Amino acid sequence: MPEIRNYTLNFGPQHPAAHGVLRLVLEMDGEVIERADPHIGLLHRATEKLAESKPYLQSVPYMDRLDYMSMMCNEHAYVRAIEKLVGTKVPVRAQYIRTMFDEITRILNHLLWLGTHALDVGAMTMFLYCFREREDLMDCYEAVTGARLHAAYYRPGGVYRDLPDQMPNHEYNEFRSKADIDRMNEVRQGSLLDFISAFTDRFPGKVDEYETLLTDNRIWKQRTVGIGVVSPERAQQLGFTGPMIRGSGFAWDLRKKQTYAAYDQVEFDIPVGQNGDCYDRYLVRIEELRQSNRIVKQCVEWLRANPGPVIAEDHKIAAPSRADVRGDMESLIHHFKLFTEGFCPPAGEVYTAVEAPKGEFGCYVISDGANKPYRLKLRAPGFAHLSAMNEMVEGHMLADVVAIIGTMDIVFGEIDR
Amino acid sequence: MDSLISLWEWLGENLIIIQILIKIVLIVAPLMLCVAYFTYAERKIIGYMQVRIGPNRVGPKGWLQPIADAVKLMFKEIVIPSGANKTLFLIAPMLTLGPALAAWAVIPFSDGLVLADINAALLYVIALTSVGVYGVLIAGWASNSKYAFLGAMRSAAQIVSYEIAMGFALVGVLVAAGSLNLGDIVRAQQGQAGFLDWFWLPLMPLFLIYFISGVAETNRAPFDVAEGESEIVAGFHVEYSGMPFAVFFLGEYANMILISALTALFFLGGWLSPFHGFPVIGPALEWVPGMVWFFLKVMFVGFFYLWLRATFPRYRYDQIMRLGWKVFIPITIVWIAVVGLAVVLEMPWWFD
Repeated sequence: MPEIRNYTLNFGPQHPAAHGVLRLVLEMDGEVIERADPHIGLLHRATEKLAESKPYLQSVPYMDRLDYMSMMCNEHAYVRAIEKLVGTKVPVRAQYIRTMFDEITRILNHLLWLGTHALDVGAMTMFLYCFREREDLMDCYEAVTGARLHAAYYRPGGVYRDLPDQMPNHEYNEFRSKADIDRMNEVRQGSLLDFISAFTDRFPGKVDEYETLLTDNRIWKQRTVGIGVVSPERAQQLGFTGPMIRGSGFAWDLRKKQTYAAYDQVEFDIPVGQNGDCYDRYLVRIEELRQSNRIVKQCVEWLRANPGPVIAEDHKIAAPSRADVRGDMESLIHHFKLFTEGFCPPAGEVYTAVEAPKGEFGCYVISDGANKPYRLKLRAPGFAHLSAMNEMVEGHMLADVVAIIGTMDIVFGEIDR
Repeated sequence: MDSLISLWEWLGENLIIIQILIKIVLIVAPLMLCVAYFTYAERKIIGYMQVRIGPNRVGPKGWLQPIADAVKLMFKEIVIPSGANKTLFLIAPMLTLGPALAAWAVIPFSDGLVLADINAALLYVIALTSVGVYGVLIAGWASNSKYAFLGAMRSAAQIVSYEIAMGFALVGVLVAAGSLNLGDIVRAQQGQAGFLDWFWLPLMPLFLIYFISGVAETNRAPFDVAEGESEIVAGFHVEYSGMPFAVFFLGEYANMILISALTALFFLGGWLSPFHGFPVIGPALEWVPGMVWFFLKVMFVGFFYLWLRATFPRYRYDQIMRLGWKVFIPITIVWIAVVGLAVVLEMPWWFD
């Protein structure tokens, strides 16, 4: 009698649905998963260790590269840690700008999640629809920082610069007709705020479009309802945060529970699911798109009405303006000191967290009084979610593994760090 | 011209094999061209559905893209994985393409315009489309890859179950038309009410089930679990490259066109004009050759393949089984009974 063994399937790291470099070793009984063993570390870049050998300011761009789909939220957690350590006050306008860009980032992230999740489940068109809107938001990133992904926009004490008054236009080229380009430039005639405002007006309609394709689609429901169910209690035990725990019906959102930036000044609701399955998490994220849009709208209104400084006046922490550096001796010294030695926060340790699109993104910084952190520990939401992989996929089929990887919204930049 | 016709007749009398070969070439060459441009149409149509442009670089408006693809695939290295069964590995793609082409032998392009006007044409078609699954199975097994093997297993189960639903749907057509000859089936749909006379109306459930089973049979979205690029990467042809891959690809698209053509023949009146018997428009379009109508109908059905692909998420493997066995097969059986009754009672105006 031959011995009957389960067979193991090596899922990834070059698998199209592995969302980067996930390697899952699946033990399968036919199509049914017996055990899933995620192997991580293929994108390990030693961010935490690198930060120990650099002045605080120079680690900001590393944060972009952690969860490379929610860049500014990661920066936000890091600069908040430094601000807390040093005790800097951030100007209100900067708080609003951060709130607005955090939410733009959330929309960016959720759009990518929606596109790839749907693509994993087989709905190809969603991917391209979502990228159409992402394009506009990345233009916002570009207008304000010059970079479309890795912004490096937040600074301890505020943001790098104020929002531009002029939105860059598309140039005429041989690939598109003049009428097309004029149409694309129509919304780009005013300032960045006008552009974002126009986006928030049309975006709910686009979300409706996505919902028409998926929400009531029988196949979509068959593929997501009842898949990867996590009870609220178990979700807490597993350390879930963000849409993953809200999908299980637990209204946990740091923006409300431990409010920061200008989140206490804007109105928004926290959507929660009921069953804790993939479909509920999908609905939660779709509603978050609408809520984020609402927050962005409120921020735009406030920012239009209230000009002001966007970075702290304390030049021990925040760089003086370019013009001052050229003309003013003291500013020049500040500038030189800031970009060579950096600043030395008092010894101590802080933990700050933000509600990143994927969940709680936290920064734990220990300072020994030097110009570099003694230790930087990052709490990535995806890591906790991925740890629950085995539990969530057990007894499901191979196709569901893909749906569950999708619903976790994992990005390896943050998991492997 | 006269001498050509007499040569043709001479060939028919003395060297019939040459005459048949010429006919085969006359069918297969345009068919392959159709397959190539079907891929182009797919990329363009899905492209526009997905707010992008699709291929537009090779040649004017991208018209040469399929040619460029073919040339590229021909020059690529054929990688045979270690541990693969070389013979079976190379036979598999041919087993997929072969039946897809052979089935065209009995397809009437117009009244009487058919390579082999046999009376068991329907059975022949069912038999040949079933053979196609062996290509997939053998490819999955011979690749010596777990992904390919999973794909082959899925495909085998799927095609076998949908074969039954498809077969039952065709039994309905058979009852309604009273013949296994494809030409006779089309002629049975002729009437004075144009497209209202065709079988799609009285056999509506069977028509839908036949088409959907056809989509499943050809492993196309939303039933593409055998390929399932996001689950098992490319399924049975994950290890293929170069020309063997191209042959698989051709086979898949030739199958799609075949199913479209069969749907057009069984339910959409084959070469018949949709406006036959209508006042004004009927006589006005009488000059259009039947082949053109047939071609238009095939394209119409083919378009649905692309539309489905751009719209739906993918079914899970067990859900496909459920749909096939628990939904389609019962519906077809019930509708066969309904059609049987309608034929026996000579229900107007299709069966009187």
